[in-house]
Amino acid sequence: MNNLFTYTGSSSFTEFLGAYAPDLLPSRAQTPAVPVGDQIPHATTIVAATCAGGVVMAGDRRATSGNIISQRDIEKVFRTDDYSCMGIAGTASTGIEMARLYRVELEHYEKTEGRSLSTEGKANRLATMIRGNLAMAMQGLVVVPLFAAYDPAVDGGRIFGYDVGGGPYEQRNYHSIGSGSIFARGSLKKLYRENASPEDTVMACLNALYDAADDDSATGGPDVTRKIWPMISVITADGYRRLPDDEIAELVQAVIAVRMEAPDGPIAPLR
Amino acid sequence: MSMPFGYASPEQIMRDRAEYARKGIARGRSVVVMQYADGILFVAPNPSKALHKISEIYDRIGFAAVGRYNEFESLRLAGIRYADINGYTFNRNDVTGRGLANLYAQQLGMIFTESIKSLEVEIVVAEVGESQSDDQIYRLTFDGSVFDEQGMAVIGGQAEAVAGRLKERYRDNLPLPEALEAALVALTEPGGERPPTTQIEVAVLDRGREHRKFLRLAGPRLEKLLETAKSETPPDKPAAEDVSLPEPPTAPDGDIDTGSAE
Repeated sequence: MNNLFTYTGSSSFTEFLGAYAPDLLPSRAQTPAVPVGDQIPHATTIVAATCAGGVVMAGDRRATSGNIISQRDIEKVFRTDDYSCMGIAGTASTGIEMARLYRVELEHYEKTEGRSLSTEGKANRLATMIRGNLAMAMQGLVVVPLFAAYDPAVDGGRIFGYDVGGGPYEQRNYHSIGSGSIFARGSLKKLYRENASPEDTVMACLNALYDAADDDSATGGPDVTRKIWPMISVITADGYRRLPDDEIAELVQAVIAVRMEAPDGPIAPLR
Repeated sequence: MSMPFGYASPEQIMRDRAEYARKGIARGRSVVVMQYADGILFVAPNPSKALHKISEIYDRIGFAAVGRYNEFESLRLAGIRYADINGYTFNRNDVTGRGLANLYAQQLGMIFTESIKSLEVEIVVAEVGESQSDDQIYRLTFDGSVFDEQGMAVIGGQAEAVAGRLKERYRDNLPLPEALEAALVALTEPGGERPPTTQIEVAVLDRGREHRKFLRLAGPRLEKLLETAKSETPPDKPAAEDVSLPEPPTAPDGDIDTGSAE
Protein backbone atom coordinates (compact mmCIF):
# COMPACT_ATOMS: atom_id res chain seq x y z
CA MET A 1 0.00 0.00 0.00
CA ASN A 2 2.84 2.34 0.83
CA ASN A 3 4.06 2.07 -2.72
CA LEU A 4 1.03 4.14 -3.74
CA PHE A 5 2.47 7.14 -1.94
CA THR A 6 6.17 6.66 -2.56
CA TYR A 7 6.25 5.61 -6.21
CA THR A 8 8.19 8.17 -8.20
CA GLY A 9 8.25 6.57 -11.64
CA SER A 10 6.81 7.93 -14.87
CA SER A 11 3.21 8.87 -15.55
CA SER A 12 2.57 5.53 -17.21
CA PHE A 13 0.00 3.35 -15.50
CA THR A 14 1.34 0.22 -17.19
CA GLU A 15 4.77 0.82 -15.69
CA PHE A 16 3.29 1.40 -12.26
CA LEU A 17 1.19 -1.75 -12.60
CA GLY A 18 4.35 -3.67 -13.55
CA ALA A 19 5.99 -2.53 -10.32
CA TYR A 20 2.94 -2.79 -8.06
CA ALA A 21 1.01 -5.82 -9.30
CA PRO A 22 2.78 -7.39 -12.31
CA ASP A 23 0.36 -10.33 -12.37
CA LEU A 24 -2.41 -7.94 -13.45
CA LEU A 25 -0.67 -7.12 -16.75
CA PRO A 26 -2.28 -8.74 -19.80
CA SER A 27 1.03 -10.35 -20.80
CA ARG A 28 1.77 -13.59 -19.02
CA ALA A 29 5.04 -14.68 -17.47
CA GLN A 30 4.75 -18.22 -18.81
CA THR A 31 3.95 -18.99 -22.41
CA PRO A 32 1.94 -22.10 -23.22
CA ALA A 33 4.08 -25.03 -24.44
CA VAL A 34 1.92 -25.66 -27.48
CA PRO A 35 0.03 -23.22 -29.64
CA VAL A 36 -3.48 -22.76 -28.24
CA GLY A 37 -4.74 -20.14 -30.66
CA ASP A 38 -7.40 -22.36 -32.24
CA GLN A 39 -9.11 -23.16 -28.96
CA ILE A 40 -9.54 -19.59 -27.81
CA PRO A 41 -12.15 -17.22 -29.24
CA HIS A 42 -10.88 -14.88 -31.89
CA ALA A 43 -12.22 -11.50 -32.78
CA THR A 44 -12.36 -10.73 -36.44
CA THR A 45 -12.78 -7.75 -38.75
CA ILE A 46 -12.38 -4.06 -37.89
CA VAL A 47 -12.33 -1.21 -40.42
CA ALA A 48 -11.49 2.45 -39.95
CA ALA A 49 -11.62 5.37 -42.37
CA THR A 50 -11.05 9.08 -42.02
CA CYS A 51 -13.86 11.50 -42.85
CA ALA A 52 -14.25 15.26 -42.96
CA GLY A 53 -13.09 16.47 -39.55
CA GLY A 54 -12.73 13.07 -37.96
CA VAL A 55 -12.55 9.33 -38.25
CA VAL A 56 -14.97 6.38 -38.30
CA MET A 57 -14.30 2.91 -36.89
CA ALA A 58 -16.58 -0.08 -37.35
CA GLY A 59 -16.39 -3.72 -36.36
CA ASP A 60 -18.46 -6.83 -36.92
CA ARG A 61 -19.82 -8.73 -33.91
CA ARG A 62 -18.54 -12.25 -34.37
CA ALA A 63 -15.98 -14.22 -32.35
CA THR A 64 -14.86 -17.65 -33.52
CA SER A 65 -12.93 -20.58 -32.02
CA GLY A 66 -11.70 -22.61 -34.94
CA ASN A 67 -14.81 -23.39 -36.98
CA ILE A 68 -17.23 -22.60 -34.14
CA ILE A 69 -18.94 -19.25 -33.70
CA SER A 70 -18.27 -18.62 -30.02
CA GLN A 71 -20.13 -15.33 -29.69
CA ARG A 72 -22.51 -13.47 -31.97
CA ASP A 73 -22.58 -10.10 -30.29
CA ILE A 74 -19.07 -9.44 -29.05
CA GLU A 75 -17.97 -5.80 -28.96
CA LYS A 76 -14.54 -5.18 -30.39
CA VAL A 77 -14.38 -1.42 -30.73
CA PHE A 78 -13.47 0.34 -27.50
CA ARG A 79 -13.62 3.97 -26.55
CA THR A 80 -10.20 4.71 -25.06
CA ASP A 81 -10.70 8.41 -24.29
CA ASP A 82 -12.77 11.34 -25.52
CA TYR A 83 -10.89 11.52 -28.82
CA SER A 84 -9.69 8.03 -29.54
CA CYS A 85 -10.78 4.45 -29.87
CA MET A 86 -9.26 1.08 -30.64
CA GLY A 87 -10.50 -2.06 -32.30
CA ILE A 88 -9.06 -5.51 -31.71
CA ALA A 89 -8.55 -8.54 -33.89
CA GLY A 90 -7.09 -11.85 -32.78
CA THR A 91 -7.36 -13.44 -29.32
CA ALA A 92 -10.44 -11.79 -27.86
CA SER A 93 -9.64 -12.23 -24.16
CA THR A 94 -6.17 -10.68 -24.36
CA GLY A 95 -7.46 -7.98 -26.66
CA ILE A 96 -10.25 -6.96 -24.29
CA GLU A 97 -7.85 -6.88 -21.37
CA MET A 98 -5.43 -4.78 -23.38
CA ALA A 99 -8.15 -2.32 -24.32
CA ARG A 100 -9.12 -1.99 -20.66
CA LEU A 101 -5.54 -1.38 -19.60
CA TYR A 102 -4.97 1.02 -22.47
CA ARG A 103 -7.93 3.14 -21.46
CA VAL A 104 -6.58 3.44 -17.92
CA GLU A 105 -3.14 4.20 -19.34
CA LEU A 106 -4.44 7.20 -21.29
CA GLU A 107 -6.55 8.47 -18.40
CA HIS A 108 -3.77 7.99 -15.88
CA TYR A 109 -1.42 10.15 -17.90
CA GLU A 110 -4.10 12.77 -18.39
CA LYS A 111 -4.90 12.97 -14.70
CA THR A 112 -1.35 12.97 -13.39
CA GLU A 113 0.08 15.36 -15.97
CA GLY A 114 -2.99 17.54 -16.41
CA ARG A 115 -2.91 17.23 -20.20
CA SER A 116 -3.77 14.59 -22.78
CA LEU A 117 -1.10 12.55 -24.51
CA SER A 118 -0.33 13.63 -28.06
CA THR A 119 -1.84 11.40 -30.74
CA GLU A 120 1.61 10.00 -31.56
CA GLY A 121 2.21 9.39 -27.86
CA LYS A 122 -1.01 7.42 -27.63
CA ALA A 123 -0.11 5.36 -30.71
CA ASN A 124 3.36 4.63 -29.28
CA ARG A 125 2.01 3.45 -25.93
CA LEU A 126 -0.20 0.94 -27.71
CA ALA A 127 2.80 -0.32 -29.69
CA THR A 128 4.69 -1.02 -26.46
CA MET A 129 1.75 -2.99 -25.16
CA ILE A 130 1.56 -5.15 -28.29
CA ARG A 131 5.30 -5.72 -28.29
CA GLY A 132 5.02 -7.14 -24.78
CA ASN A 133 2.66 -9.78 -26.11
CA LEU A 134 5.03 -11.12 -28.79
CA ALA A 135 5.93 -14.33 -26.94
CA MET A 136 2.24 -15.13 -26.58
CA ALA A 137 1.62 -14.27 -30.21
CA MET A 138 4.19 -16.88 -31.18
CA GLN A 139 2.03 -19.45 -29.37
CA GLY A 140 -1.06 -18.45 -31.28
CA LEU A 141 -2.40 -15.80 -28.92
CA VAL A 142 -2.04 -13.02 -31.46
CA VAL A 143 -3.60 -9.63 -30.78
CA VAL A 144 -3.48 -6.90 -33.38
CA PRO A 145 -5.19 -3.59 -32.63
CA LEU A 146 -6.28 -0.76 -34.85
CA PHE A 147 -6.08 2.70 -33.34
CA ALA A 148 -8.02 5.74 -34.53
CA ALA A 149 -8.05 9.22 -33.05
CA TYR A 150 -9.16 12.74 -33.72
CA ASP A 151 -6.02 14.87 -33.67
CA PRO A 152 -6.71 18.50 -32.73
CA ALA A 153 -3.29 19.47 -34.15
CA VAL A 154 -4.40 18.60 -37.69
CA ASP A 155 -8.15 18.94 -37.06
CA GLY A 156 -8.83 15.56 -38.56
CA GLY A 157 -8.78 11.84 -38.00
CA ARG A 158 -5.69 9.65 -37.91
CA ILE A 159 -5.40 5.89 -38.14
CA PHE A 160 -2.58 3.69 -36.85
CA GLY A 161 -2.03 0.03 -37.68
CA TYR A 162 0.14 -2.53 -35.86
CA ASP A 163 1.58 -5.97 -36.38
CA VAL A 164 2.34 -8.67 -33.80
CA GLY A 165 5.74 -7.08 -33.12
CA GLY A 166 4.31 -3.65 -32.35
CA GLY A 167 4.33 -0.60 -34.58
CA PRO A 168 2.78 1.87 -35.04
CA TYR A 169 2.29 2.33 -38.75
CA GLU A 170 0.30 5.40 -39.58
CA GLN A 171 -2.22 4.67 -42.35
CA ARG A 172 -3.52 7.07 -44.91
CA ASN A 173 -7.29 7.38 -45.27
CA TYR A 174 -8.40 3.87 -44.29
CA HIS A 175 -7.24 0.56 -42.90
CA SER A 176 -8.64 -2.77 -41.76
CA ILE A 177 -7.49 -5.63 -39.57
CA GLY A 178 -8.61 -9.17 -38.85
CA SER A 179 -9.46 -12.23 -40.89
CA GLY A 180 -11.81 -10.40 -43.24
CA SER A 181 -9.52 -7.41 -43.62
CA ILE A 182 -8.39 -8.26 -47.15
CA PHE A 183 -11.94 -8.18 -48.45
CA ALA A 184 -12.88 -5.17 -46.36
CA ARG A 185 -9.88 -3.23 -47.60
CA GLY A 186 -10.61 -4.08 -51.21
CA SER A 187 -14.14 -2.84 -50.72
CA LEU A 188 -13.07 0.34 -48.92
CA LYS A 189 -10.53 1.06 -51.65
CA LYS A 190 -13.38 1.46 -54.11
CA LEU A 191 -15.94 3.08 -51.82
CA TYR A 192 -13.77 5.47 -49.81
CA ARG A 193 -14.07 9.16 -50.70
CA GLU A 194 -11.61 11.62 -49.26
CA ASN A 195 -13.23 14.26 -47.05
CA ALA A 196 -16.64 12.62 -47.28
CA SER A 197 -19.13 13.42 -44.53
CA PRO A 198 -19.10 11.15 -41.47
CA GLU A 199 -22.48 9.72 -42.61
CA ASP A 200 -21.11 8.71 -46.02
CA THR A 201 -17.98 7.25 -44.48
CA VAL A 202 -20.11 5.20 -42.10
CA MET A 203 -21.95 3.79 -45.15
CA ALA A 204 -18.64 2.93 -46.82
CA CYS A 205 -17.48 1.12 -43.66
CA LEU A 206 -20.76 -0.79 -43.37
CA ASN A 207 -20.43 -1.90 -46.97
CA ALA A 208 -16.82 -2.95 -46.37
CA LEU A 209 -17.91 -5.08 -43.40
CA TYR A 210 -20.71 -6.58 -45.46
CA ASP A 211 -18.23 -7.50 -48.18
CA ALA A 212 -15.88 -9.00 -45.58
CA ALA A 213 -18.69 -11.10 -44.13
CA ASP A 214 -19.64 -12.10 -47.65
CA ASP A 215 -16.27 -13.73 -48.34
CA ASP A 216 -14.78 -14.52 -44.91
CA SER A 217 -16.45 -17.18 -42.78
CA ALA A 218 -15.13 -15.70 -39.51
CA THR A 219 -16.68 -12.28 -40.08
CA GLY A 220 -20.31 -11.87 -39.11
CA GLY A 221 -22.73 -10.01 -41.33
CA PRO A 222 -25.68 -8.05 -39.94
CA ASP A 223 -27.90 -10.50 -38.05
CA VAL A 224 -31.37 -9.41 -39.16
CA THR A 225 -33.35 -11.97 -37.16
CA ARG A 226 -31.57 -11.30 -33.87
CA LYS A 227 -31.12 -7.61 -34.62
CA ILE A 228 -27.38 -7.66 -34.01
CA TRP A 229 -25.72 -4.87 -35.96
CA PRO A 230 -22.09 -3.95 -36.50
CA MET A 231 -20.62 -1.54 -33.97
CA ILE A 232 -19.82 1.93 -35.25
CA SER A 233 -17.91 4.76 -33.61
CA VAL A 234 -17.44 8.25 -34.96
CA ILE A 235 -14.83 10.60 -33.50
CA THR A 236 -14.81 14.29 -34.38
CA ALA A 237 -13.88 17.52 -32.64
CA ASP A 238 -17.06 16.99 -30.57
CA GLY A 239 -15.59 13.81 -29.13
CA TYR A 240 -16.25 10.10 -29.31
CA ARG A 241 -19.73 8.93 -30.23
CA ARG A 242 -20.93 5.38 -30.51
CA LEU A 243 -23.89 5.24 -32.86
CA PRO A 244 -27.00 3.91 -31.11
CA ASP A 245 -28.43 0.60 -32.31
CA ASP A 246 -31.59 2.03 -33.84
CA GLU A 247 -29.54 4.45 -35.93
CA ILE A 248 -27.31 1.63 -37.16
CA ALA A 249 -30.36 -0.55 -37.86
CA GLU A 250 -31.63 2.05 -40.33
CA LEU A 251 -28.28 2.27 -42.10
CA VAL A 252 -27.97 -1.50 -42.26
CA GLN A 253 -31.46 -1.79 -43.73
CA ALA A 254 -30.38 0.66 -46.42
CA VAL A 255 -27.30 -1.45 -47.20
CA ILE A 256 -29.40 -4.62 -47.34
CA ALA A 257 -31.98 -2.94 -49.58
CA VAL A 258 -29.26 -2.18 -52.13
CA ARG A 259 -27.88 -5.70 -51.87
CA MET A 260 -31.31 -7.19 -52.52
CA GLU A 261 -31.08 -5.67 -56.00
CA ALA A 262 -27.32 -5.97 -56.47
CA PRO A 263 -25.85 -8.68 -54.19
CA ASP A 264 -22.30 -7.42 -54.72
CA GLY A 265 -23.20 -3.95 -53.55
CA PRO A 266 -22.49 -0.51 -54.96
CA ILE A 267 -20.32 -0.28 -58.05
CA ALA A 268 -17.53 2.29 -58.27
CA PRO A 269 -17.41 4.28 -61.52
CA LEU A 270 -14.83 3.02 -64.04
CA ARG A 271 -13.68 6.42 -65.15
CA MET B 1 11.44 12.73 39.46
CA SER B 2 13.64 14.83 37.30
CA MET B 3 12.95 14.91 33.61
CA PRO B 4 15.83 14.36 31.18
CA PHE B 5 16.98 17.48 29.42
CA GLY B 6 14.90 18.25 26.33
CA TYR B 7 11.95 16.15 27.41
CA ALA B 8 8.55 17.05 26.02
CA SER B 9 5.37 15.26 26.92
CA PRO B 10 3.50 13.44 24.11
CA GLU B 11 0.57 15.80 24.60
CA GLN B 12 2.87 18.76 24.11
CA ILE B 13 4.42 17.23 20.98
CA MET B 14 1.03 16.56 19.43
CA ARG B 15 -0.21 20.01 20.29
CA ASP B 16 2.87 21.61 18.77
CA ARG B 17 2.55 19.59 15.60
CA ALA B 18 -1.12 20.42 15.27
CA GLU B 19 -0.39 24.09 15.89
CA TYR B 20 2.33 24.05 13.26
CA ALA B 21 0.12 22.39 10.67
CA ARG B 22 -2.84 24.64 11.40
CA LYS B 23 -0.74 27.74 10.93
CA GLY B 24 0.55 26.51 7.59
CA ILE B 25 -2.93 25.69 6.31
CA ALA B 26 -4.46 28.98 7.43
CA ARG B 27 -1.84 30.93 5.48
CA GLY B 28 -3.36 30.26 2.02
CA ARG B 29 -6.73 31.04 0.49
CA SER B 30 -9.82 28.96 1.12
CA VAL B 31 -11.31 26.40 -1.22
CA VAL B 32 -15.06 25.78 -1.42
CA VAL B 33 -16.65 22.46 -2.31
CA MET B 34 -20.44 22.38 -2.45
CA GLN B 35 -23.37 20.51 -3.89
CA TYR B 36 -25.45 22.08 -6.63
CA ALA B 37 -28.46 20.81 -8.56
CA ASP B 38 -26.52 18.57 -10.98
CA GLY B 39 -23.55 17.55 -8.91
CA ILE B 40 -20.68 18.99 -6.94
CA LEU B 41 -18.93 22.31 -7.50
CA PHE B 42 -15.30 23.12 -6.61
CA VAL B 43 -14.12 26.73 -6.45
CA ALA B 44 -10.62 27.90 -5.53
CA PRO B 45 -8.94 31.25 -5.94
CA ASN B 46 -5.69 30.26 -7.63
CA PRO B 47 -3.36 32.60 -9.50
CA SER B 48 -1.59 29.67 -11.16
CA LYS B 49 -3.05 27.97 -14.21
CA ALA B 50 -0.68 25.04 -14.01
CA LEU B 51 -0.54 24.18 -10.33
CA HIS B 52 -4.02 22.98 -9.57
CA LYS B 53 -5.74 22.85 -6.21
CA ILE B 54 -8.66 20.93 -7.69
CA SER B 55 -8.39 17.81 -9.76
CA GLU B 56 -9.93 14.62 -11.00
CA ILE B 57 -9.22 11.35 -9.24
CA TYR B 58 -11.61 8.99 -10.98
CA ASP B 59 -14.87 8.80 -12.93
CA ARG B 60 -17.03 10.16 -10.11
CA ILE B 61 -14.42 11.42 -7.67
CA GLY B 62 -12.83 14.83 -7.35
CA PHE B 63 -10.13 16.17 -5.08
CA ALA B 64 -9.49 19.61 -3.60
CA ALA B 65 -6.65 20.61 -1.33
CA VAL B 66 -5.05 23.53 0.47
CA GLY B 67 -1.70 23.87 2.13
CA ARG B 68 1.73 22.91 0.85
CA TYR B 69 1.64 22.12 -2.84
CA ASN B 70 4.28 19.37 -2.86
CA GLU B 71 2.53 17.58 -0.01
CA PHE B 72 -0.98 17.53 -1.40
CA GLU B 73 0.32 16.83 -4.89
CA SER B 74 1.84 13.57 -3.69
CA LEU B 75 -1.46 12.73 -1.99
CA ARG B 76 -3.28 13.46 -5.22
CA LEU B 77 -0.99 11.22 -7.26
CA ALA B 78 -1.35 8.42 -4.72
CA GLY B 79 -5.13 8.79 -4.93
CA ILE B 80 -5.05 8.50 -8.70
CA ARG B 81 -2.87 5.39 -8.47
CA TYR B 82 -5.16 3.86 -5.86
CA ALA B 83 -8.27 4.54 -7.92
CA ASP B 84 -6.80 3.38 -11.21
CA ILE B 85 -5.41 0.18 -9.68
CA ASN B 86 -8.71 -0.66 -8.02
CA GLY B 87 -10.78 0.19 -11.07
CA TYR B 88 -8.52 -1.96 -13.22
CA THR B 89 -8.39 -4.86 -10.77
CA PHE B 90 -12.12 -5.00 -10.15
CA ASN B 91 -14.48 -2.75 -12.03
CA ARG B 92 -14.78 0.97 -12.55
CA ASN B 93 -17.85 1.09 -10.26
CA ASP B 94 -15.86 -0.43 -7.43
CA VAL B 95 -13.82 2.71 -6.83
CA THR B 96 -15.48 4.75 -4.10
CA GLY B 97 -14.88 8.08 -2.44
CA ARG B 98 -15.17 6.40 0.94
CA GLY B 99 -12.34 3.99 0.15
CA LEU B 100 -10.16 6.84 -0.99
CA ALA B 101 -10.99 8.94 2.07
CA ASN B 102 -10.01 6.02 4.29
CA LEU B 103 -6.73 5.60 2.47
CA TYR B 104 -5.91 9.27 2.92
CA ALA B 105 -6.99 9.17 6.56
CA GLN B 106 -4.61 6.29 7.24
CA GLN B 107 -1.70 8.00 5.54
CA LEU B 108 -2.34 11.40 7.14
CA GLY B 109 -2.81 9.85 10.57
CA MET B 110 0.35 7.81 10.24
CA ILE B 111 2.44 10.78 9.21
CA PHE B 112 0.94 12.92 11.96
CA THR B 113 1.91 10.49 14.70
CA GLU B 114 5.17 9.14 13.32
CA SER B 115 6.91 12.00 11.55
CA ILE B 116 8.56 15.01 13.07
CA LYS B 117 6.44 17.28 10.93
CA SER B 118 2.83 16.56 10.03
CA LEU B 119 1.57 17.35 6.55
CA GLU B 120 0.39 20.93 6.24
CA VAL B 121 -2.64 20.07 4.16
CA GLU B 122 -6.36 19.84 4.37
CA ILE B 123 -8.20 17.98 1.63
CA VAL B 124 -11.65 17.22 0.35
CA VAL B 125 -12.63 14.04 -1.44
CA ALA B 126 -16.00 14.38 -3.16
CA GLU B 127 -17.96 11.76 -5.00
CA VAL B 128 -20.97 12.48 -7.16
CA GLY B 129 -23.75 9.88 -7.01
CA GLU B 130 -26.81 9.00 -9.05
CA SER B 131 -28.88 11.56 -7.17
CA GLN B 132 -28.21 14.41 -4.80
CA SER B 133 -28.74 12.23 -1.76
CA ASP B 134 -25.98 9.87 -2.97
CA ASP B 135 -23.39 12.63 -3.22
CA GLN B 136 -20.60 12.46 -0.67
CA ILE B 137 -18.20 15.09 0.53
CA TYR B 138 -15.40 14.04 2.89
CA ARG B 139 -13.12 16.55 4.50
CA LEU B 140 -9.81 15.31 5.86
CA THR B 141 -7.52 17.23 8.17
CA PHE B 142 -3.76 16.99 8.66
CA ASP B 143 -4.12 14.55 11.59
CA GLY B 144 -6.16 12.04 9.61
CA SER B 145 -9.59 12.95 10.96
CA VAL B 146 -12.39 12.40 8.47
CA PHE B 147 -15.53 14.53 8.43
CA ASP B 148 -18.55 13.46 6.40
CA GLU B 149 -19.80 16.88 5.31
CA GLN B 150 -23.38 17.66 4.35
CA GLY B 151 -23.85 19.88 1.34
CA MET B 152 -20.67 21.94 1.57
CA ALA B 153 -17.14 22.06 2.88
CA VAL B 154 -14.65 24.89 3.20
CA ILE B 155 -10.96 24.26 3.74
CA GLY B 156 -7.94 26.45 4.28
CA GLY B 157 -7.45 30.16 4.86
CA GLN B 158 -10.17 31.80 6.90
CA ALA B 159 -12.31 28.69 6.64
CA GLU B 160 -14.73 29.63 9.40
CA ALA B 161 -15.55 33.03 8.01
CA VAL B 162 -15.94 31.69 4.47
CA ALA B 163 -18.16 28.85 5.65
CA GLY B 164 -20.30 31.36 7.52
CA ARG B 165 -20.80 33.47 4.40
CA LEU B 166 -21.46 30.39 2.29
CA LYS B 167 -24.11 29.10 4.68
CA GLU B 168 -26.06 32.33 4.28
CA ARG B 169 -26.50 31.68 0.59
CA TYR B 170 -26.43 27.93 0.38
CA ARG B 171 -29.62 26.09 -0.51
CA ASP B 172 -30.27 22.59 -1.75
CA ASN B 173 -30.53 22.24 -5.53
CA LEU B 174 -28.97 25.56 -6.46
CA PRO B 175 -28.48 25.85 -10.22
CA LEU B 176 -24.81 26.01 -11.24
CA PRO B 177 -24.53 29.78 -11.90
CA GLU B 178 -26.11 30.57 -8.55
CA ALA B 179 -23.98 28.06 -6.72
CA LEU B 180 -20.88 29.55 -8.30
CA GLU B 181 -22.01 33.03 -7.33
CA ALA B 182 -22.60 31.88 -3.76
CA ALA B 183 -19.14 30.33 -3.60
CA LEU B 184 -17.46 33.46 -4.95
CA VAL B 185 -19.33 35.73 -2.57
CA ALA B 186 -18.28 33.46 0.28
CA LEU B 187 -14.66 33.52 -0.87
CA THR B 188 -14.60 37.31 -1.08
CA GLU B 189 -14.14 39.18 2.16
CA PRO B 190 -16.92 41.71 2.80
CA GLY B 191 -15.85 44.89 1.04
CA GLY B 192 -13.00 43.04 -0.62
CA GLU B 193 -12.43 42.69 -4.32
CA ARG B 194 -13.34 39.55 -6.16
CA PRO B 195 -10.42 37.77 -7.86
CA PRO B 196 -10.40 38.15 -11.68
CA THR B 197 -11.78 35.26 -13.76
CA THR B 198 -8.30 34.20 -14.74
CA GLN B 199 -7.40 33.64 -11.11
CA ILE B 200 -10.25 31.38 -10.14
CA GLU B 201 -10.06 27.64 -10.53
CA VAL B 202 -13.48 26.10 -11.06
CA ALA B 203 -14.48 22.50 -11.70
CA VAL B 204 -17.59 20.38 -11.39
CA LEU B 205 -18.51 16.75 -10.99
CA ASP B 206 -21.54 16.77 -13.24
CA ARG B 207 -23.96 13.87 -12.75
CA GLY B 208 -25.26 14.32 -16.28
CA ARG B 209 -21.93 13.65 -18.00
CA GLU B 210 -21.12 10.30 -19.52
CA HIS B 211 -18.07 8.29 -18.46
CA ARG B 212 -15.98 10.79 -16.52
CA LYS B 213 -18.02 13.30 -14.52
CA PHE B 214 -15.20 15.72 -13.76
CA LEU B 215 -15.05 18.85 -15.85
CA ARG B 216 -12.82 21.88 -15.50
CA LEU B 217 -14.53 25.18 -16.25
CA ALA B 218 -12.20 27.81 -17.61
CA GLY B 219 -11.87 30.50 -20.27
CA PRO B 220 -14.97 31.56 -22.23
CA ARG B 221 -17.14 28.88 -20.63
CA LEU B 222 -16.42 30.16 -17.14
CA GLU B 223 -16.89 33.79 -18.16
CA LYS B 224 -20.26 33.00 -19.66
CA LEU B 225 -21.28 31.18 -16.50
CA LEU B 226 -20.21 34.13 -14.34
CA GLU B 227 -22.21 36.51 -16.51
CA THR B 228 -25.37 34.43 -16.15
CA ALA B 229 -24.71 34.29 -12.44
CA LYS B 230 -24.46 38.08 -12.23
CA SER B 231 -27.60 38.73 -14.26
CA GLU B 232 -29.65 36.20 -12.33
CA THR B 233 -28.61 37.08 -8.83
CA PRO B 234 -29.87 40.29 -7.24
CA PRO B 235 -27.12 42.75 -6.27
CA ASP B 236 -25.45 42.06 -2.97
CA LYS B 237 -27.63 42.98 -0.11
CA PRO B 238 -25.64 44.42 2.77
CA ALA B 239 -24.40 41.48 4.77
CA ALA B 240 -26.26 41.06 7.99
CA GLU B 241 -23.61 41.62 10.60
CA ASP B 242 -24.89 39.89 13.67
CA VAL B 243 -26.56 36.78 12.39
CA SER B 244 -25.56 34.10 14.82
CA LEU B 245 -24.75 30.99 12.90
CA PRO B 246 -24.27 27.49 14.13
CA GLU B 247 -20.60 26.61 14.37
CA PRO B 248 -19.48 26.18 10.74
CA PRO B 249 -17.55 23.05 9.81
CA THR B 250 -13.87 23.88 9.77
CA ALA B 251 -10.55 22.52 10.83
CA PRO B 252 -10.69 21.36 14.41
CA ASP B 253 -9.39 24.05 16.67
CA GLY B 254 -8.22 23.71 20.20
CA ASP B 255 -6.97 20.36 21.30
CA ILE B 256 -6.99 17.57 18.82
CA ASP B 257 -8.10 14.11 19.68
CA THR B 258 -4.93 12.34 20.67
CA GLY B 259 -6.75 9.13 21.37
CA SER B 260 -6.14 9.31 25.11
CA ALA B 261 -9.04 10.05 27.40
CA GLU B 262 -8.28 12.83 29.79
